[in-house]
Amino acid sequence: MSYIPHTDLDRQQMLAAIGVTTIEDLFDAVPASHRFPKLNLPESLSEMEIAAEMQALSDANAHAGDYTIFRGAGAYHHFVPSAVNHILMRGEFYTAYTPYQPELSQGTLQATFEYQSMMCALTGLDAANASHYDGATSLAEAVTVALEVSRMKRKRVVLSPFIHPQYREVVRTYHQGRGLDIVGDDKPHTVAELVELLDTNTSMLAVQYPDFLGNIEDMQMLSQKAHAVGALFVMVVNPLALAILKSPADFGADIAVGEGQPLGVGLQYGGPYLGFFSVRNEYVRKIAGRIVGETLDADGRRAYVMTLRPREQDIKRDRASSNICTNQGLMALAACVHMALLGKNGLQQVAKLCYHKAHYAAAQIGKLDGFSIVNQKPFFHEFMVKCPRPVAEINAALIDEGIVGGYDLGQDYPHLKDHMLLAVTETNSKAEIDDLVSILESL
Amino acid sequence: MTANTLEPTLYEISQAGRIGTNLPKCDVPQTDIPAELLRTELIMPEVGELEVVRHFVRLSQKNYAIDKGFYPLGSCTMKYNPKINEDVARYPGFAGLHPLTDEEGSQGALAVMHQVQEWLAEVSGFEAVSLHPAAGAHGEFAGILMIRNYHIDRGEPHRNKILVPDSAHGTNPATVTMAGLSVIELPSDNNGDVDLAALKAVCEGPERGNIAGMMITVPSTLGLFERGILQIIQLVHDAGGLMYMDGANMNALMGIVKPGELGFDVMHFNLHKTFSTPHGGGGPGSGAVGVAKHLVPFLPTPHVKIVEEADESDEDDAPLYGFYKPEKTIGRMKAFHGNFGMLTRAFAYMAAYGGKGLHEVSRHAVLNANYIRARLSDTYHIPYDRYCGHEFVLEGHFEGVDNVHALDISKRLMDYGIHPPTNYFPLIVPEALLIEPTETETKETLDNFIDVMKKIAAEAHENPELLLSAPHVTPVSRLDEVRAAKQLVLCCAPLLKED
Repeated sequence: MSYIPHTDLDRQQMLAAIGVTTIEDLFDAVPASHRFPKLNLPESLSEMEIAAEMQALSDANAHAGDYTIFRGAGAYHHFVPSAVNHILMRGEFYTAYTPYQPELSQGTLQATFEYQSMMCALTGLDAANASHYDGATSLAEAVTVALEVSRMKRKRVVLSPFIHPQYREVVRTYHQGRGLDIVGDDKPHTVAELVELLDTNTSMLAVQYPDFLGNIEDMQMLSQKAHAVGALFVMVVNPLALAILKSPADFGADIAVGEGQPLGVGLQYGGPYLGFFSVRNEYVRKIAGRIVGETLDADGRRAYVMTLRPREQDIKRDRASSNICTNQGLMALAACVHMALLGKNGLQQVAKLCYHKAHYAAAQIGKLDGFSIVNQKPFFHEFMVKCPRPVAEINAALIDEGIVGGYDLGQDYPHLKDHMLLAVTETNSKAEIDDLVSILESL
Repeated sequence: MTANTLEPTLYEISQAGRIGTNLPKCDVPQTDIPAELLRTELIMPEVGELEVVRHFVRLSQKNYAIDKGFYPLGSCTMKYNPKINEDVARYPGFAGLHPLTDEEGSQGALAVMHQVQEWLAEVSGFEAVSLHPAAGAHGEFAGILMIRNYHIDRGEPHRNKILVPDSAHGTNPATVTMAGLSVIELPSDNNGDVDLAALKAVCEGPERGNIAGMMITVPSTLGLFERGILQIIQLVHDAGGLMYMDGANMNALMGIVKPGELGFDVMHFNLHKTFSTPHGGGGPGSGAVGVAKHLVPFLPTPHVKIVEEADESDEDDAPLYGFYKPEKTIGRMKAFHGNFGMLTRAFAYMAAYGGKGLHEVSRHAVLNANYIRARLSDTYHIPYDRYCGHEFVLEGHFEGVDNVHALDISKRLMDYGIHPPTNYFPLIVPEALLIEPTETETKETLDNFIDVMKKIAAEAHENPELLLSAPHVTPVSRLDEVRAAKQLVLCCAPLLKED
C-alpha cells in the first residue's frame, strides 16, 4: 500500500523494540469479544481505477462545465482566476494544521490577517474573524453574540422573512435548547410589521442585504429602530455586492455576516464554503472563532498570531459560547487570493457586470407573454419572475436545453407559488441570456 | 530572499490602478445604478497577478506542512494527504455543481454521498451516518442535540446532564453548553482510565434520573484504550443515558473495534483526520455523525437515501438517489449538504484502501506510536506507560532543570525541522506532549524524531539556554502574545480605526 511505507523488516524491528511479537498484541485493552471485526468494504482500487470511477460519477452531474447556470439562492457561479487554485494547491498551505505554533505558521497567519482586513474593508466594520462554516452558521453565531451582549436576558430574536430560508432554519437548530423567541419570519411581513415586533426583550434584528429575493433596500430606518430598543442590528450580506453598494457600517450595523462563496470559492455542491463574520470593535471580545492579530517577535519583527484565545473552547471549555475550532481556513485563503487578484477595480467591475446582466435579463424576460418581473426596486444578482406555469415544469424544459433554471420560490414562500428566482452573474454571456429568453418564449 | 525576510502586506504592495486579472467587457446594455445605493469608499488592495502570486508563494514558504516534514501533532492525525484526492475533488462535475441542482442532475454527487455514508457506517458499526456537519465540533453538536431530543421525545426532558471525563477535548463541554445542557465532570484514575467508582457514584446517585448521556473519546485523549469501556457503557445505559463517542481518534480503531458494536449510540468522525481530507491550515473539516437505530429519526436534515433500487437484471442500471427529511430531525446544521468537497476526497481515500487496507492503517498507526513510546521511555517520563493507541503522552520536563518546559522542547524541535507535538493537552498531565506519528511515516522518520528528542533531552541538561531561546531558524522567533491581546491589531494599517 503506497501510503503505508513499512517493510517486513521495519515491522520486525519495531515490534522487537516494543517487546511484542505481533501488532495484534498491542490491542490487549480492547474487549476481546469485539476485537478485529471484518470491514466489508470493496477491494482496494489503484489510482487509475479511482480516477476512472470518480470521473464517471462527476460526469453524471449537471455541472457548470456543461450547463448554463441561472440558479443562485445562496450559491453563485462566478469566474475564479487560475492563480487562486494554484495557490490553494500548494502543500505548504493545504497540508498545514491550524496555526497554533506561530513560528511555523506565518504564511497562514498573515494570509488570514489580510483576509480579515479585506472583510473589514467590504463591510466597513472594525474586525473580522478567521471564518465560520458558512453564511448560515455565521448568522446562528451572531445570535449567540447578541444574547451574550444582553447577558442572556433578552430572549427575542427578530428575523426578516427575506433572509435565506435555510439560514433561518439553522438559527432555529442552533438555538433550540435556549428557549428563545424567534419571530418575524412566519409570513412575508412588511418592514413596518417587523418594526412592530421590536421590544426591550429583543436582542437583535437581522436582515439580508441584498435580500433573498434580490432586492436592495435602504437599511437605515431598521437599523435605527433596532438600536432604539437596545437591540443589535445584524446584516446578512453578499460580499460581492458590497464592492459597489453601501456597506453595513454605512447603515450602522453592529455585525455583518454572510456567505463568502462568491469570493473565489467554487460551487462544489454546497461546500466547503466560507462563513464570514465582522463586528464593531466593542463586540470583538464576544465573538466566536479564531482571530489573527499583529504583534512582534522576540527580536522586534512584525509577526502574526492567533489572539484573544481565552474565548475559545479549548481554554474556556463549558463556559465557551461556541464549540467552533476547525473552520474554513483554506476557503478564507481562497477568498484572500481572489480578492487580491481582482482588487478594488476588479471586484467593482464584477459586481457591476452582475448588476447590468441581471437587469438586462429581467428586462427581456419581462417582455414575454405570461412572464412578469416582480421586483419593484433595483436588485443584485437575482430577481423574481412570475411564471405562467409551475417552476418545476419550466426547469424540466430548460434542463433539456442545457440550462439550470431558477430557484422555485413556492417551496419556501407560499405566496410566491409559480415564482422563479433567477440569478445572473458575469459568467452568463448575452448570448446565453438571449437563449434563455427565447426558450422561455417558446414554452 | 529567504523565508525569514519580512513579507509586506497586500496593502503595502498596492498601487492604485493595478489589477491581477482580466475580466470580460460588458456585452449587455448598461442599467443605471441609483447613486444613493452606492458606497463612496472601498479600501482594497490593487496588485498585479505576478506580485500576487509571489506574495502568496513567499507566504506559503513561511509555513510548516505535512508535505514538508514530520508532524506528530497528537489528536490531529496529520497523515499524508494523497494527491489524487485533490484532483478528484476538482473534477468539473463535482467542483462546478450547484447545490440546489435538481436531484436528477446530481445523481453522481448523491451516489458519492450515499457510498461514503455506507462505508463509514460499516467502519463504525452504526445504523446510519449523516454527512451534514461541517467539522468535528459541528458533528458533536448534532450528536448531542440528537441525544437531547431523543429524551424529550420519550417524555424525559429533565434529562439534561452530560457526563464528560476530565481528559476530554474542550469541544465536548462547550458542545454540551451550546445544546442547552450541562456538564458533570468525571475524574480519571491513576491508569488514565475513567474512574469507574466515580462514574458509578454519579450513575447511582441523585442525578441518575437526569443523566442524558456521556461523551467519551476512544482511545482516550491520552491515547489509551479505555479498559472498562463495556462497563462504562453498561452503567450509563442502565441509568437511562446514551453514549456519545468522540471519534477524533478513529485512526486507532478501523478494523480493531466498531464503536456501534460496543454499544455506543452516536459518534462523530473527523474526515479531515482519519480519512485524510487535508486540514487546510485550519479547515475545512467534515464532521460526519453516525447513530444507532433508535437515533435515525433524529438525524440532521437533509439525508441521502436510495429512492428507487437499481434494476438487478440490468447491470448498467444504477439506483436513484435523493434527499429526505428524517421524521424527528434535529434540523438543518448548515446551508446545503455538508462539506461535499471533503466527501469526494474521503471517497477516494477509502476506495484506495478498501476494508483490509483501512485495517492496516490503524494497525500501523498504533505500531508507529508504540515504537516511539517504547524508545523514548528511557529518556522521558511517560505517565501511563502501557501499550498505547495511535498516540501517547509524555511529560516534557526533566528533573534538575526546572526552568525547561514542554513549550521549550516544542520550540527546540522546530530547529531540527520537526513540528512539535500537541502541548499542554490533555490538561490532566503536567507539561503534556501528545505525540501522534500516524501510519504514513517511515521508520527512518520515526528514528530521526527519537534521536532528536534524545538530543534535546541532553541539551536540556547541558545547555538549557538552547531550548529556552528556541526556535532559532524559523521565520520569526517567539512572539509577544500578551501584546497581541492587549494592543489589538486585527487588520492592516489603512483599515485601522480609532476605538
